[in-house]
Amino acid sequence: MFDKVFPFINSTICTAIPLLFGAIGEIITEKSGNLNLGIPGIMYMGGISGIIGGYIYEHYSSSPSTFLCVTIALLASLIGSLILAFIYSFLTITLRVNQNVTGLALTTFGIGIGNFFGGSLLKFFNEPGKSISIIKTGDGFKASLPFASKLGVFGDTFLSFGFLTYLAIIVAILASLFLNRTRKGLNLRAVGENPATADAAGISVVKYKYFATLTGGAIAGLGGLYFVMEYLGGAWTNDGFGDRGWLAIAIVIFAIWRPALAIFSSFIFGGLYMLSIYIPGLSSSDKELINMLPYVVTILVLIITSIRKKRENQPPASLGLSYFREER
Amino acid sequence: MESSKKHLKEPLIHITRRTDIPRVKAWCIRLVAIIASLVVCGLVIVLISKYNPIEVYEKMIDGNFGTKRKVLNLLKGTSALLCISLAVTPAFKMKFWNLGAEGQVLIGGLASAACMHYTRLQFGNSISSWQLILLMFATSVVCGMIWGVIPAIFKAVWKTNESLFTLMMNYVAIQLVGFFIAKWVPTGSGVMGVINLDTKCGWLPDVFGEKYMFNVIVVAVLTIVMFIYLRFSKHGYEISVVGESENTARYVGINVKKVIIRTMLISGAICGLAGFLIVSGADHTVTKNLAGGMGFTAIMVSWLAKFEPFMMVFTSAFIIFLQNGSSAIAMKLGLNKSVSDILTGIIIFFIIGCEFFINYKINIRAKQKEAK
Repeated sequence: MFDKVFPFINSTICTAIPLLFGAIGEIITEKSGNLNLGIPGIMYMGGISGIIGGYIYEHYSSSPSTFLCVTIALLASLIGSLILAFIYSFLTITLRVNQNVTGLALTTFGIGIGNFFGGSLLKFFNEPGKSISIIKTGDGFKASLPFASKLGVFGDTFLSFGFLTYLAIIVAILASLFLNRTRKGLNLRAVGENPATADAAGISVVKYKYFATLTGGAIAGLGGLYFVMEYLGGAWTNDGFGDRGWLAIAIVIFAIWRPALAIFSSFIFGGLYMLSIYIPGLSSSDKELINMLPYVVTILVLIITSIRKKRENQPPASLGLSYFREER
Repeated sequence: MESSKKHLKEPLIHITRRTDIPRVKAWCIRLVAIIASLVVCGLVIVLISKYNPIEVYEKMIDGNFGTKRKVLNLLKGTSALLCISLAVTPAFKMKFWNLGAEGQVLIGGLASAACMHYTRLQFGNSISSWQLILLMFATSVVCGMIWGVIPAIFKAVWKTNESLFTLMMNYVAIQLVGFFIAKWVPTGSGVMGVINLDTKCGWLPDVFGEKYMFNVIVVAVLTIVMFIYLRFSKHGYEISVVGESENTARYVGINVKKVIIRTMLISGAICGLAGFLIVSGADHTVTKNLAGGMGFTAIMVSWLAKFEPFMMVFTSAFIIFLQNGSSAIAMKLGLNKSVSDILTGIIIFFIIGCEFFINYKINIRAKQKEAK
């Protein structure tokens, strides 16, 4: 029994962290009133950019240093996701076009880029083989605290992760503090609730929206990076990230737009995502049903919050709408 | 005094909303955007393939019209995408963000496949193909309807956010398909083979001696019906009023809840029909990837065509043309065929970006007029 519990917790954490990054990114974005359905695409982009960065460095350097591997992959990933987030921001904030269509197009675009470069990068460098793997960079991301392995099961289960795992939780806590305890955070929420009022109060709506969407995109991209580096150990499989991006958006609803609750929710969702593998004796049809649970639960939360109409549990009031000052 | 005057200086760029723009001018702006996007797409392919731009488009045309099989593929893809686009259109016109077309199509397809599977078990060969086709059609449409109307009811009664709701319903549908495939395929391979390969029972017949033609005809008729429905029927009028302003609709005595639910019933039903056409007329099996992202692409197709059914014929054909063409190029070069997704994304960015220039006017500050 217990020999299954600890690996289960371990893989739950591994699954939860990308979801957490994605959810925090989406929460910050949505708090500014932008419903960014491009997050799944941005997460793919974050992953593949990290892979490309790491691959090029390992390819051209005769003796790659682990530190540089990690730094370059991290920077590449951030740049990649920022570019996509910028496309989204420019189209929806400056050009005020429809957020849903832009977001979906961004997801198609990002997943396309991920799969295309993931599937063709080796071909561009004239290398044999089908799948990329950059072990050195992957190891850099997986490097855990040196004393973790000495702490037995506890260390293996909770402390055997790379720095991104802990970063995710720190980012979530910081986001929570930012949104609830700082003036800028409150301004941001005002922009998402009622941009016209925020504008009248002297808050620059455009700046806040750009700031939130770009930051959110960068954070979400880290989720993709985590997945390819730590979960897959510096490898890429096409469509390997699967529907996790949408699950991140589901978590935003489940956590009723609160970063602190998102930590807890992403662990629940991560657990549900992995549950079917660890329950013994399940038929394959039962597994499919268990994998349905996260989505069903999200729908229930969505319904319950809309029926109860508690004001603090609602989505940001102007979510999905573009703001034009001269509109009446 | 001087400083406050300076402060009041007009900004360099001033944006105002356009209330009416001549249709011709609007389509001209869109045309420019399409051309610009094609140039960028061409550049992308040139960069990755090292063909020259003209060669790229030659290869694209070849990839779509080179052989009869390729032309049929173009027709097959276009009819499916067009059908789903027509399905999502009435809902979008009403500003109901149905992001769940993917799921509704899947459920429709699953229902068709279920009919084929269970009748084969139950009746063997004693059921005629036409009886089975009618049964499949009816169940698919009803199932698509149910899948579509659930979020609509919650939207109408409790204002539950429909875009997130329908989005989640997609994944419930995907897992449901997985569940049934796992039930039906005892080997546990998770792949449903072609159903009724031997009897061709429940397969739509060839028309003019060609596969997929039945689908093309059905969708062509549907396009005309949808055009008439949206343009000339009372329902179509109510849909546009609700889409423009719910308050106005309520004021003139339109029952908004009823319109939302009714429109989603129609939208879901057509999605179910699309699922039926894909299973019965093309694939003859069901997979989790049956809709293949078309539920999302359809949203963009409908948007690009400004909700006009006849324009959708062109936009959907255009997207499928690009996808097939770029996949052909990628295949020839041994690259990943996802390049078509990149191109689709770029084109949509351009075309939705140009909406800004249709909806807003940019007034650049006139040359300094000194104070009179």
